[in-house]
Amino acid sequence: MIDKTQVQHVAELSKLAFSDAELEQLTEQLADIMKMTDELNKVDTTGVPVTTHVNNLQNIVREDVAQAGTDRDILMKNAPDSADGLLKVPAIMDKEEA
Amino acid sequence: MNFETTIGLEVHIELKTNSKMYSPSPVNYGAEPNTNTNVIDWGYPGTLPTLNKGAYTLGMMVATALHADIARDTHFDRKNYFYPDNPKAYQITQYEQPLGKDGYIEVQVDGHTKKIGIAELHVEEDAGKNTHGSDGYSYVDLNRQGTALIEIVSKPDMSTPEEAYAYLETLRQIVQFTGASDVKMEEGSMRVDTNISVRPIGAKQYGIKSELKNLNSFNHVRLGLAYEIKRQSQLLIAGETIRPETRRFDEKTGETFLMRVKTGADDYRYFPEPDLPPLHIGDDWLQTVQDNLPEMPAKRRARYVDQLGLPEYDAGVLTNTKEMSDFFEAAVADGAAPKQVSNWLMGEVNAYLNDQQIDLQETALTPAHLAQMINLIKDGVISSKIAKKVFQEIIQNDTDPKAWVEAKGMVQLSDPAKLTPIITGILDDNQQSIDDFKNGKDRAVGFLVGKIMKETRGQANPKVVNDLLMAELNKR
Amino acid sequence: MNYLYEDLQSIHAKLVAGDLSATQLVTETLAEIEKKEPQVDAFLTIDEAGAQAAAAQVDAKPIATDNLLAGMPIGIKDNLLTDGVTTTAASKMLANFKPVFDATVVEKLKAKDAIMIGKNNLDEFAMGSSTETSAFKKTKNPWNLDKVPGGSSGGSAAAVAAGEVVASLGTDTGGSIRQPAAFNGIVGIKPTYGRVSRWGAIAFASSLDQVGVFSRTVADNATVLQAISGHDEKDSTSADIPVPDFRAALDGNIKGMKIAVAKEYMAEGVAPGVKAQIETAIDTLRSLGATVDEVSLPNSKYAVQIYYIIASSEASSNLSRFDGIRYGYRSPEAKTLEDVYVKSRSEGFGHEVKRRIMLGTFALSSGFYDAYFKKAGQVRTLVIRDFEKVFADYDLVVGPTTPTTAFDLGRKVTDPVTMYMNDILTIPANMAGLPAMSVPAGLVDGLPVGLQIIGKAFDEEAVYRVGYAFEQATGFSKNVPSFKGGKA
Repeated sequence: MIDKTQVQHVAELSKLAFSDAELEQLTEQLADIMKMTDELNKVDTTGVPVTTHVNNLQNIVREDVAQAGTDRDILMKNAPDSADGLLKVPAIMDKEEA
Repeated sequence: MNFETTIGLEVHIELKTNSKMYSPSPVNYGAEPNTNTNVIDWGYPGTLPTLNKGAYTLGMMVATALHADIARDTHFDRKNYFYPDNPKAYQITQYEQPLGKDGYIEVQVDGHTKKIGIAELHVEEDAGKNTHGSDGYSYVDLNRQGTALIEIVSKPDMSTPEEAYAYLETLRQIVQFTGASDVKMEEGSMRVDTNISVRPIGAKQYGIKSELKNLNSFNHVRLGLAYEIKRQSQLLIAGETIRPETRRFDEKTGETFLMRVKTGADDYRYFPEPDLPPLHIGDDWLQTVQDNLPEMPAKRRARYVDQLGLPEYDAGVLTNTKEMSDFFEAAVADGAAPKQVSNWLMGEVNAYLNDQQIDLQETALTPAHLAQMINLIKDGVISSKIAKKVFQEIIQNDTDPKAWVEAKGMVQLSDPAKLTPIITGILDDNQQSIDDFKNGKDRAVGFLVGKIMKETRGQANPKVVNDLLMAELNKR
Repeated sequence: MNYLYEDLQSIHAKLVAGDLSATQLVTETLAEIEKKEPQVDAFLTIDEAGAQAAAAQVDAKPIATDNLLAGMPIGIKDNLLTDGVTTTAASKMLANFKPVFDATVVEKLKAKDAIMIGKNNLDEFAMGSSTETSAFKKTKNPWNLDKVPGGSSGGSAAAVAAGEVVASLGTDTGGSIRQPAAFNGIVGIKPTYGRVSRWGAIAFASSLDQVGVFSRTVADNATVLQAISGHDEKDSTSADIPVPDFRAALDGNIKGMKIAVAKEYMAEGVAPGVKAQIETAIDTLRSLGATVDEVSLPNSKYAVQIYYIIASSEASSNLSRFDGIRYGYRSPEAKTLEDVYVKSRSEGFGHEVKRRIMLGTFALSSGFYDAYFKKAGQVRTLVIRDFEKVFADYDLVVGPTTPTTAFDLGRKVTDPVTMYMNDILTIPANMAGLPAMSVPAGLVDGLPVGLQIIGKAFDEEAVYRVGYAFEQATGFSKNVPSFKGGKA
């Protein structure tokens, strides 16, 4: 049901790289877990809503009031690479901008 | 072979808020890099989003203005993808249950009205900005990260570039009237993505669509779409297949260029955002939005024509922006004749704005001052020629026009009791001109008016002078 | 100070009387930690300078007689942010990460003049049940140094059990407070989801995570939870509900309380010795005047499966932010942007974390979402409904916290499913967001057993009430480990 090609695809989505042996092992482990979760298919959930939040809160909102941001120099202290107040990364090759 | 075109537009509009969509850091266009950010915008571990109620309300205003159904129960979803300007590696958006659905816009194209459907609208957060250095590195500024956006997805209801253009113009105008956004393409507060496909007339399936990027003005949208229709039609005529592509519009050549061929659907792994509880839009909230929704441009245009007697053309120009339209209404409310206000706004005011490359609200002009100036002309207090000087003053310096013309001695002399002695005096000294006039030489009148104007240092009201002079001449 | 024989009340009395200063307390605590750490390895960071400075501040003014936390050294799980003090989540990814703000729970403790003494070891990003997935060290169980302390909050639990601190904070996503509390013979509570702010807690699974407290006694536990509870506008999932005085519930009276025992929690997977201790515990509760009946929570058996899916899915998204760009590890080998992502993440995360990211990404990916994530969310609703049905008639549900006592360090995890089975008793409370506590329930072969008490949402009082009565009636909390450097 889940093969190595799929696991490789999931690794790409996750931005993770694995050796061939690791991929084999992961495929096996994911397959095992998926087999267990297949038990869920035995549960009749017709018309049962999906729970994504447990404590029944709703409409928790903030008024549109601005608060000063965090000092840039403080934030930059944890940055692996930066220049002139900007975060620095190797060139983005795909020039498509959102 | 004849073809028909199908166009759908996705428009992102930045909502005009003080703080960001899910973080309280300030929204300021053009600030120093990374100075309007906080730990939430940086996706620091341990940070959590909070929902900006004002932003959501603005989104509801836009949806209402576009006749969309507002979702009463909704929640937020995560859209997962890695990119340097996307710090959490997910964008908080509304995927499963968008803010609004099934709206429409009515546009005018070639004198016809066409209804263009809006599939859905949802709020989300903007990404930061990447810039590409020539040194092999890219640089990330997160100031824009988290800015509130509304995405408006049209139905594939447009079939010509002109319809797309009209849709965008009308959409921009409507959103601007809601006050929810500045909708400025040049500042990026309005961004357009287009999907376009071509198919033989009568075909049941839509053609393979291409997506256009880098469209920095409505005109580029129109030109890019026109180019795509040509390109795709030619491919079909040549019997070739169209690939699903993302293409870039080049403004220099007016052509579109391949950026990448799309391979399969992107997998964004959407799921409900666990950090934000769901929203229920109650009657009160909805009512507040409806109550606060300003009158939309189409309604205003109709009112200007029907009630204020303006030509259709004037009504159209005045409602181009909400600022102009509000200004017009305020000046009329201050007692100026609607057509006169319209003439000034469309004429001198627009010329000034174009010349200075600024917006109306950036000038010192107030509706009250414009109305007062128009009435000074009407009452003969100032001449139209003086009015041009007054106008330059009030648009630049927030000066009271009446006080200013009085102080500057620019008030016209219109009082017969003051003008008559001057006129009789000049006539007494110029018997020759009287004789010329009697002998049918009209030129004499011009000569005499010139004398009077000189005597009054140009302040005499020409019309009054003319009337009084003729009366005096006829008496002699 | 060896906390094995002390509680907040007694230390507080010494501070108020002037027999002890906060500075002395911190100095003695540091000495005790220094003595025991070589064997226990419960801490990743000791903030000696910060703790001494904070103690000096406490000593500069009189100790408020109603503030039991003034001057108290507390251990903090290293996935809770501490301003300026390295916070790693036990991951190479954050080995050098210095937070720029305090977690709300840390801020609240500091506001009470409690002293942050150091950061406790955990399973990397709180993923695990033995604290062995920590990238830095393996914490040992003070009761038997060859055994695991449980996890993921193993460091926080072992530090209290070893008498290094009187209390510590942990986080619980699927049992990460209760299971180590049980393994270490101490009290550990996971409060109701929303009772405590998650601001500053490095997220594992946002809809399940909750910060909670470890202590030797129920009263101390209530005191610390009191201090960290309450609405926080920075956490939209924190509830705006008044926090009752938890200690007021500690009167030992449980007469007439209605307690349910879920038969699924006493099933064959539970080791006979553990089961026997829990049956004795149930008899104790009866003898104290509570009525105890057997009930069924039929869908609990699916809790582990849905946990794999929900927790891993949320985690895969929560951990995507660790990309080597704004903070954290960037691979020195990274040449291209793709390298920055892939190499940094592949080198920065450990195996267990990567496995869970993979599982979660798979469950959310196109074509599988409905079958996995959505289905799990529906079964989660059924798990919640099971509890609602029982809580219509009962005040609490009790059972064992874990099916076994602490297992051996280094036990080969060839079968991750077996490892995950350890969570089966604790996960349902996370799925339903309910408060749940483990209290010591005696020893089996010299290792502690925990009694789990699950309450209604926002009814921590009932949980504490029964926990306290049980503790007072049995005296199990007086059991202390006798490892070398432990019992004097």
